[in-house]
Amino acid sequence: MSIWDRWEMVIGLEIHVRLATNSKLFSGMKASYGASPNSQVSFLDAGLPGTLPVINQKALEYAIRFGLAVDAEIPPVTVFARKNYFYPDLPKGYQISQMDDPIVGKGHIVIKTDEGEKTVEITRAHLEEDAGKSIHDKYDRYSAIDLNRAGTPLIEVVSEPQMSNAKEAVAYMREIYTRVTHLGICDGNLQEGSFRCDANVSVRPKGQKELGTRAEIKNLNSFRFIEKAINHEAKRQIKLLEAGEKIIQETRLYDADKDQTRSMRSKENANDYRYFPDPDQLPIAITDAMIEAQREHLPEFPEQKIQRYINVLKVKADDAAIIANDIQMAAFFEAADAQSKADADLNAKFLLGEFSALLNAKGESITTSKIDVVSYAGLLDVVAAGGISRKVAKTVLEDMWDSGEAAAAIIKAKGLGQISDSSALNELINQVIADNPSQVADYRAGNEKMFNYFIGQIMKKTKGQANPVQTKQLLEELLNE
Amino acid sequence: MINLSIRALSELLQQKQISIQELCGVYHDRCQSFNVNTNALISICAELSAAELLQAQQQLDAGELLAGVPLVHKDLFCTQGIKTTCGSNMLADFKPPYDATAVTQLAAAGMVNLGKANMDEFAMGSSNEHSAFGVVKNPWDSQRVPGGSSGGSAAAVAARMVPVATGTDTGGSIRQPAAFCGITGIKPSYGRVSRHGMVAFASSLDQAGVLAVSADDCGLVLSQMCGHDPLDSTSLKTSTWQWDKPKDSNMQGLRVGVPHAWIDALQDEGIKNKTTEAIEYFKQQGASIIDIELPHADLAVSAYYVLAPAECSSNLSRFDGVRFGHQTNAAENLEALYRKSRSEGFGEEVKKRIMIGAWALSAGYYDAYYLKAQKVRRLISEDFNKAFESVDVIASPVSPELPFKLGEKADGVSMYEADKFTIPASLAGLPCLSMPIGFTAGLPVGLQLIGRYFDEQNILALADKYQLDHDHHMQIPEAFL
Repeated sequence: MSIWDRWEMVIGLEIHVRLATNSKLFSGMKASYGASPNSQVSFLDAGLPGTLPVINQKALEYAIRFGLAVDAEIPPVTVFARKNYFYPDLPKGYQISQMDDPIVGKGHIVIKTDEGEKTVEITRAHLEEDAGKSIHDKYDRYSAIDLNRAGTPLIEVVSEPQMSNAKEAVAYMREIYTRVTHLGICDGNLQEGSFRCDANVSVRPKGQKELGTRAEIKNLNSFRFIEKAINHEAKRQIKLLEAGEKIIQETRLYDADKDQTRSMRSKENANDYRYFPDPDQLPIAITDAMIEAQREHLPEFPEQKIQRYINVLKVKADDAAIIANDIQMAAFFEAADAQSKADADLNAKFLLGEFSALLNAKGESITTSKIDVVSYAGLLDVVAAGGISRKVAKTVLEDMWDSGEAAAAIIKAKGLGQISDSSALNELINQVIADNPSQVADYRAGNEKMFNYFIGQIMKKTKGQANPVQTKQLLEELLNE
Repeated sequence: MINLSIRALSELLQQKQISIQELCGVYHDRCQSFNVNTNALISICAELSAAELLQAQQQLDAGELLAGVPLVHKDLFCTQGIKTTCGSNMLADFKPPYDATAVTQLAAAGMVNLGKANMDEFAMGSSNEHSAFGVVKNPWDSQRVPGGSSGGSAAAVAARMVPVATGTDTGGSIRQPAAFCGITGIKPSYGRVSRHGMVAFASSLDQAGVLAVSADDCGLVLSQMCGHDPLDSTSLKTSTWQWDKPKDSNMQGLRVGVPHAWIDALQDEGIKNKTTEAIEYFKQQGASIIDIELPHADLAVSAYYVLAPAECSSNLSRFDGVRFGHQTNAAENLEALYRKSRSEGFGEEVKKRIMIGAWALSAGYYDAYYLKAQKVRRLISEDFNKAFESVDVIASPVSPELPFKLGEKADGVSMYEADKFTIPASLAGLPCLSMPIGFTAGLPVGLQLIGRYFDEQNILALADKYQLDHDHHMQIPEAFL
């Protein structure tokens, strides 16, 4: 009997999404990642006395856009609050966040689970500024502080405790990830911490309604680690409970190398953050006009794309799903479809086949491809019109990569174009018939296998460039005269 | 010359009867010689800034009324490269890298900064005894306090060390010292003057204002300080305003509200008589005197001493010894760095208020104290709104007592109680001023005028009309003639 026959997990997630605004949440300072330490710090970011926060409108807009993408209520008024605690990478001694009136209210998303679709409710999402970074291992006797990150905008998305296993938590996290990246409000870079999550995990005997005591696992920034961390934590709790011990409400850190969580601080030692409304800012009215303006920015999400690709563009279901779930590939695919006269199905097959193979071989991605969408569409058009076969197209694609030339130019220069000129083909076929009288007689006597012999001869003469469909049709006509 | 109005000084400058250098030189000399007796200034600029003098000359040539007029700033306005101490050891050597917006605006008009005025530490206090740079002495009686927290600004104007000084008012910090020093001082409506670059005490209450000899001088300087500042979210878009000096002292049609309960409760007969006389004068000039009630005003002091400390406990968190300000040299770890830097840097009154505030915001007490105080604040605003349905201006005492002796009030609560007439208008964000209405026992008495939100014009006009027929504001203590 598995432990999961006796126990069930309850998981809620708090996801921190770094908003891809050019500037910080309140200071107007640039917010790009990876600049040299403390090179993007305004007087406000450094907490100098007398400086005051002024909200970045773009961040407000992005947060509203997120709310719309999860069918959430957007309250008419939103208020910033101060979360007070001391730490050297928190220059003001408080973080500006939100408490009672977050920018995004109740919402929900649908995730796919092993048992089918499941709705997960979102409690709220609020805007807040990030802290700076403390570096403890760089200098011998000192800790270093980098304030570049201090004040960069985040939204914290809080779910209801409605996930009942680690896979569902990952599915939820992926779905939120898909939304924010498709919305264009987050760059989605997990390594740089643009998307990270805290997981609240508790267990209870199966069938019990009441929630167990939870532990919070901090700062998970990979889909793989979150699954492992949650499973590990749940098992740790079950082991304790089955041994008759109690779970302490606490914050834990996951160590990916050891695959274990360890205690960071217990509830008794938790800070009293003394939240109160930030008196440096007035409540912000969110008008219908502001909300409607953001609705216009809502993109088509993968589920909608897949349906459209299948039903409207007539792409195979498997291909549609692969393309639609990759934001960059979908953009490339749709741009090529708009540029080219080729069927979308050919586009999809070629993109996932020959083009993806080439990118893999070169170790590049679709965003770093040396072949742009216009050139790619040009090649598709030649294939679709029968100018070259897909086999030849593959070599043309490699040439395009290396030379940067357009498909048509390469085909012309290398004489790779198919012979589709019927008078030229006529002449060629007549020649083959004249050169092979005995084989012709054999065929005409009823040996239909000889037909392929003539095709072979024609392809040999044309180095494979004779248009196969036309050749077959003409050969039949001439042989049967 | 030291008792001339700004308009008269400007005329002398325009007619070239005196140069800017000469005028500023006279006041600079007075600053240096009289600071020994008063201790009104924490810093005196060693020499006049060439850039400021050039700007002053250009503005004078362009016809600007304030050009060439010297002033001092309360030492919590950030002045680039000039020490800004806030009256605290915490910032004893702090030289801000930028100017406060109010400072920039006055410099743009050609006003010349002569130094920085003493104050209660971080603007917390009503006597100027809580300054790390020593007490300020009242120019009318060197045994007595000048009031606070803008005590240095008020004493400097009373001793005519400068014709005008900036100040800030959170619960009476301009009005009470103006009354104690026999000068005129105005706190404008909340949101009228930018708080950018003003080191915060209680953000939702702090307002910059002016201390000067007359209402007309206050109006001229305040007009230059007003206006929307994109660096302050609480500065209103419509905050530009221009003082319009009335033509005569006729008060026909003006409705002056008087909270008679406040006057009846006055213990000091001298203050009571002077207040009654001033109101009687308004009546003689044609104003109608209407008895008003402010039923929740009795709760104002209690509410204020929850809200202001709550905000200050958070605002002063940035003084942690990490990036600027006092840093202990005896820290063995991070917590000790915070504890010792702050214990050494802050004075007793500041520590007391930080503790009150942190307690009021802490878990379990927030609703009972902070939220309850916010409700009281709203009720007091509503009291004023109701009163202003039937009156145009409210007249009341500024302080229930005359300037008290240095060291006389050891008990904090009795000091807090003395703010009971000034705090209500602060909580409501209303414009209010104090003007001299005579002397009793050789000490000056002030009258408070409170206006509707954004109606600085009416209270200044009433004060200006009063000052046309009275010369209390023109009196100079003998020692400073």
